[in-house]
Amino acid sequence: MAADGAGAAAPIVGTTPDQIAEARDRRRHLLLLAPPAILLVFIFVYPVLGLLGQSVYKDGITLRFYQRLFAEPVYLDVLWLTFRTAATVTLLCLVLGYPLAYVLVGLPARLQRLLLIVVVLPFFVSLIVRTYAWMVLLGRLGLVNELLRKLSLIAEPLPLLYSTTGALIGMTYALLPFMVLTAFSVMKGIDGGLVRAAHSLGAGRWQAFRKIFLPLSMPGIAGGMILVFIMSLGFFITPRLMGGPSDLMIAMLIEHEVELTLNWPFASALAAVLLLVTLVGFFAYSRLVRLERMFEGTR
Amino acid sequence: MAAADAVAAGQSSGAAVRIEGLTKQFGRSKAVDDVSLDIDPGSFFTLLGPSGSGKTTTLMMVAGFVHPTAGEIFVGGRPVAGLPPQERQLGMVFQNYAVFPHLTVFQNIAFPLEVRRTPGADIRRRVGEMLELVRLSGYEQRLPRQLSGGEQQRVALARALVFRPRVLLMDEPLAALDKNLRTHMQGELKQIQQRLHVTVVYVTHDQEEALTMSDRLAVMNQGRVVQVGTPGELYEAPASLFAARFLGESSFIAGTVVDAGDGSAARMRTGAGVELSGRAASPLRVGQAVLAGIRPEKFLVDGAPAAGMNHSPGRVTGAVYAGDTTRYTVDIGAGEAVTVKLQNQMRARTRAAGDAMALSWHPAETVLFPAEAAAHGG
Ligand SMILES: Nc1ncnc2c1ncn2[C@@H]1O[C@H](COP(=O)(O)OP(=O)(O)OP(=O)(O)O)[C@@H](O)[C@H]1O
Ligand SMILES: [Mg+2]
Repeated sequence: MAADGAGAAAPIVGTTPDQIAEARDRRRHLLLLAPPAILLVFIFVYPVLGLLGQSVYKDGITLRFYQRLFAEPVYLDVLWLTFRTAATVTLLCLVLGYPLAYVLVGLPARLQRLLLIVVVLPFFVSLIVRTYAWMVLLGRLGLVNELLRKLSLIAEPLPLLYSTTGALIGMTYALLPFMVLTAFSVMKGIDGGLVRAAHSLGAGRWQAFRKIFLPLSMPGIAGGMILVFIMSLGFFITPRLMGGPSDLMIAMLIEHEVELTLNWPFASALAAVLLLVTLVGFFAYSRLVRLERMFEGTR
Repeated sequence: MAAADAVAAGQSSGAAVRIEGLTKQFGRSKAVDDVSLDIDPGSFFTLLGPSGSGKTTTLMMVAGFVHPTAGEIFVGGRPVAGLPPQERQLGMVFQNYAVFPHLTVFQNIAFPLEVRRTPGADIRRRVGEMLELVRLSGYEQRLPRQLSGGEQQRVALARALVFRPRVLLMDEPLAALDKNLRTHMQGELKQIQQRLHVTVVYVTHDQEEALTMSDRLAVMNQGRVVQVGTPGELYEAPASLFAARFLGESSFIAGTVVDAGDGSAARMRTGAGVELSGRAASPLRVGQAVLAGIRPEKFLVDGAPAAGMNHSPGRVTGAVYAGDTTRYTVDIGAGEAVTVKLQNQMRARTRAAGDAMALSWHPAETVLFPAEAAAHGG
């Protein structure tokens, strides 16, 4: 194949020996990708294909699991709720994470490094442990409710746990670092001289932020939002432990089908839909991240 | 240049800039130390100095990005040290251009007008004039990454001028350009400045650039202003060893003062026993060790001995041919050598190493510096 390609290319006008050598180099580089590609085929592509196969096969090829999924309103409701929760969490992460990243970028280097460690520190502790910690804080007799009651701000404890609020708090907490880190890395790359130039040209703080810094940090906002959104779509432990009975996410439904109903094909169909939605998200993500390159000097 | 005239018509002429006792301390070191300058309205003023001498810090204090530890800055007679940059109404061109990468050329130049809420029709007209002035008409819709370095620099210049500032600050704006483009842009910059009558405060460490472009310049060293003057004054009459060494080339002959003169004219004797007259850069006393500085092109060779001139015998030890001139290294005895630059005119006899060369030069072109200044001056 390689020899054929080079041989066929040679007579074409404009194909120089250099270009042929370049093409050969490219093929060699592709070869480097082989081991991870083979690994991925075994641990990822094969199971996913198996999953897809399972979702359309029971005593012969059938689409009845998908039919059930779209026919019974409860499943679409859960899908919709999953989306709504993911969107809310994404917005909460943006509102909290963007200012945080903005402040971080403006700090002196040492303080910045220290606070970045604080941001990623939770990753060193299992999510389950952290979720239980939140439950201690947010329960009816937890620290937050007790404090509010001592301050006479509330008479009855707030339903912070086992409610939609609880699920949102837990998920926002768990996903906030992804937003902060994505936004931070983009903001860090923005030349501070540009904001100064804006000031020298007469722009006040707000104008310089809105017209220069904000648009330049857009790839960070978009990237962070899509990352958080995709990750919340598949969230499972936190909403289950901290959410109310009605806060059913699609991942919890899948677990239910696998563990209790033992309806593997239907669980596969649910998983396939989640996968499709996630893939659409990733596609949008990669498109938006390409935006980032637009601002660079070279392409 | 119709555009320039249109722009000039709308331009209030440049403002005077006065800097008084400006000081900036970073930790325990003073980046700028008690700098005072008077810059005439509409003039081209340059801060020249080696790396780390405090030029950028001084300019940034004028622009408002660095807060002075002490001192005051007046623009058009108004104190501005307490104002944030956006209220000082000064144009600024940064060394790395700082063109906004997400905005087109048009949007970049329109930016200062938009933040001032100028009506759209005015913006279009004034940006058009500016584009013509910096010769970028037709580039309106390009993004900065589609421009060369020189073009980006011109966008930055147009953007800094479009809101008609009375003072334009520039920090090594041409340092990133190649030699040809730099020379070309120097000419354009100077021309635009003269058309618009804007006061320019320019920072460079390129002495040739400073000499050719400035009306007046200040030589800085270690945070202090060493000397202020016209390019001619600084070149012909350096006030210190540092200024003489930093700006242009000089040969220095060591000796001791034999007659302190009336403060400006003094006589010294060299190690080889030759007596020289010169102007004292600072008051001297008899017996003091001094260095006589002479520019390489000031020497006359093999002329008839004229009264009132300095003379020294010499012997050529090296010659470098440079097209228009030849540079000779001439040994004048007692281990001292001077550099002599001679035009390669038809009559000029080429000399080889070992040939004798009798030198003469004018006392007015000889500056005597106290030698101890060498320790911390240069
Ligand atoms: N933010 C700062 N913190 C501490 N020291 C600083 C700071 N900015 C500048 N300095 C110091 O102040 C001195 C003057 O710096 P400045 O940038 O003004 O020099 P410069 O004349 O512009 O030099 P160059 O030609 O290299 O640009 C230097 O010794 C520098 O290290
Ligand atoms: Mg500098």
